Amino acid sequence: MDDKIIICRCEDITVGEIKKLVSMGLDTIEELKRVTRCGMGSCQGRTCQGLLQSTLRDITGKPVSEIKPHKFRPPSKPVPLGIFGGEHIEE
Amino acid sequence: MKSKANVVIVGGGIIGASIAYYLAKAGVEDIIIIDKEYPSSGSTGRCGAGVRHQWGLEMNCLLAKDSIMEFERLHEEIPTDFDIDFKQKGYLMLAYTDKQVEQYKKNIKLQKSLGIDVNLLTPREAKEIVPHLNTEDLLAATFCPKDGHINPFIANLVYIIGAERLGVKVQKYTEVIDVEVKNGKVKSVLTTKGRVETNYLINAAGPYSQHIAEMAGVKIPVYSERHQILVTQPVKLIQDPMVISLKHGFYCQQVPHGSFIMGFGDPNELKTTELSSSWNFMEEMAERVLPVLPVLKDFKVVRQWSGSYNMTPDAQPILGNSEEVNNLYFACGFSGHGFMLAPSVAKLTAQMLTDKPLDIDVNVLNLKRFAEDKLIKEPSVV
Ligand SMILES: Cc1cc2nc3c(=O)[nH]c(=O)nc-3n(C[C@H](O)[C@H](O)[C@H](O)COP(=O)(O)OP(=O)(O)OC[C@H]3O[C@@H](n4cnc5c(N)ncnc54)[C@H](O)[C@@H]3O)c2cc1C
Repeated sequence: MDDKIIICRCEDITVGEIKKLVSMGLDTIEELKRVTRCGMGSCQGRTCQGLLQSTLRDITGKPVSEIKPHKFRPPSKPVPLGIFGGEHIEE
Repeated sequence: MKSKANVVIVGGGIIGASIAYYLAKAGVEDIIIIDKEYPSSGSTGRCGAGVRHQWGLEMNCLLAKDSIMEFERLHEEIPTDFDIDFKQKGYLMLAYTDKQVEQYKKNIKLQKSLGIDVNLLTPREAKEIVPHLNTEDLLAATFCPKDGHINPFIANLVYIIGAERLGVKVQKYTEVIDVEVKNGKVKSVLTTKGRVETNYLINAAGPYSQHIAEMAGVKIPVYSERHQILVTQPVKLIQDPMVISLKHGFYCQQVPHGSFIMGFGDPNELKTTELSSSWNFMEEMAERVLPVLPVLKDFKVVRQWSGSYNMTPDAQPILGNSEEVNNLYFACGFSGHGFMLAPSVAKLTAQMLTDKPLDIDVNVLNLKRFAEDKLIKEPSVV
C-alpha cells in the first residue's frame, strides 16, 4: 500500500505514519488513536475505523476480527454545547 | 516475560513511565514496567493534562515548578520525533468571593517568594487575556504565564521511549494479580503471564493502586472516583490560558490543535473505577461553563469520556515506601493533579530508592500520615 494514502481525513494521518508506529509496537487501534488522533476528529472514526482495521490487517497479518475498533463515545454526532443547557443565557 | 527483575513497576502511565526513566538514568538496572493494558490507557490518557505552578503550599509549588521545568526541557532530555505540544499560555484562576481573593493573595506571596511569576489581575485585565470572558460578578483573577497544557499521550510515550532506550522492559497487556510477601518484603508478583521475582515493587497503578497495596497486605486509605470530560471540534485559536473557576467548579482549555477540553468536579460522582459516561454530564457542564465563557455555546462537542481520580483523604499523593513492607514503594493517590507532578515525583522516587538526598522534602507525603492524622492542607485543589 502506498505510504502517502490518507487513512484519517480529519487529522491527516497516512498509511506511512501508521506503519512507523506499528513498527514501534503501537499495534492496536486504541494505542494508535491516542498517539495520532486517528478517530478523534469530527467523524469520530466513522470514516477511518474500517480503513485503519484493514491497514493493520495488511501490516500485521492479523485477521480483522482480531483488530478491535476503538471505544465509541457519546454524543453520536457533533452537537453544539449550547444545546445541552444554558441556551437561554444571553451574552 | 522475564521471571526475575531488580525493580517491578506496576503501571506504565505518566507516573510509572517517568519513574522507570529516572531510575534507569540513576543507574538502576533490570527494571520492568508491567501494565494490564498499555501506557496512557489509564488516567493519563484521559486527563485534562493541564500543568500549573499555582499552588498554596510550598512543597506543591516546588514540585510543580520542577516538573514544569522538566517538561519544558523534555525534548532535550529525551530527543524523539514526537512533540509534546507544550502550550505555555498560562492559567487564569477566577475569584468570586473576598475569601477566595484573600487566599489567592496569600498564594501569590508564597509563589513569588519561590521565584514563580504570578499576578493578581482586575477583571478588566483578565478580559484582556481572555476577551470572551464574562466578568460579571468577578472580583479578581490570578495569572501565571508559565502554566499550560501538554499532550498527555505523547508525554507518556516519550518517557516510555526514554526508559526503553536505557534498557527498561515494558510488558503490555499483562495484569498483576497477586503480590507475594515474606518477612516484610515483596518477593514476587504474580501476573497473567507468569511470576516475576523482584527486589523492589513500585505501585504506580493509578486508579488501581489500592488493589495492588491490598495484594501486598498493606491497607491504604485510597479510592477512585470517576471524572468526566469533553472535547469540541477544533475552532480558530481564541483562548490562550486554561480558565479555572472554583466557584463554578470547572476548568476549560483550548488545546493547540483548536479543540476546547473541559470538565468539572462533581461532588456526586461515582466512587469506583468504572469508566462510563453519564447523560447529565454535558448538560451540567454547559450550565457551568457557558455563563462564564458564553462564546462556547456554538462549538460542537464531538466526544465525552471519563477517567479516574485516585483519591486520598487529603487529595495529596502517597510517596515513599511502606513500613510494613519496606521494598514496596508508592507513587499513587494523585487526585486530579498527577500528570503535572510526574517528572518531579519520579526523580524523587528514584532518589528514595537509591538512598540519595531528596531535592525536595516530600517526607510528609508518606503513608504514615493518615494513621498519625497529619493530613496535608492544600487550599488550591480543584
Ligand atoms: C478527567 C480527568 C482530568 C484530569 N486533569 C488533570 C490535569 O489537568 N492535570 C493533571 O496534572 N492531572 C489531571 N488528572 C489526573 C491525572 O490524570 C492522574 O493523576 C495521572 O494521570 C496519574 O498517572 P498514573 O500514571 O498514576 O496513572 P495511570 O495513567 O492510570 O496509569 C496506571 C497504569 O496502571 C495500570 N494498572 C493498573 N492496575 C494494574 C494491574 N493490576 N496490573 C498491571 N497494570 C495495572 C493501568 O493499566 C494504567 O496504565 C486528571 C484526571 C482525570 C480523570
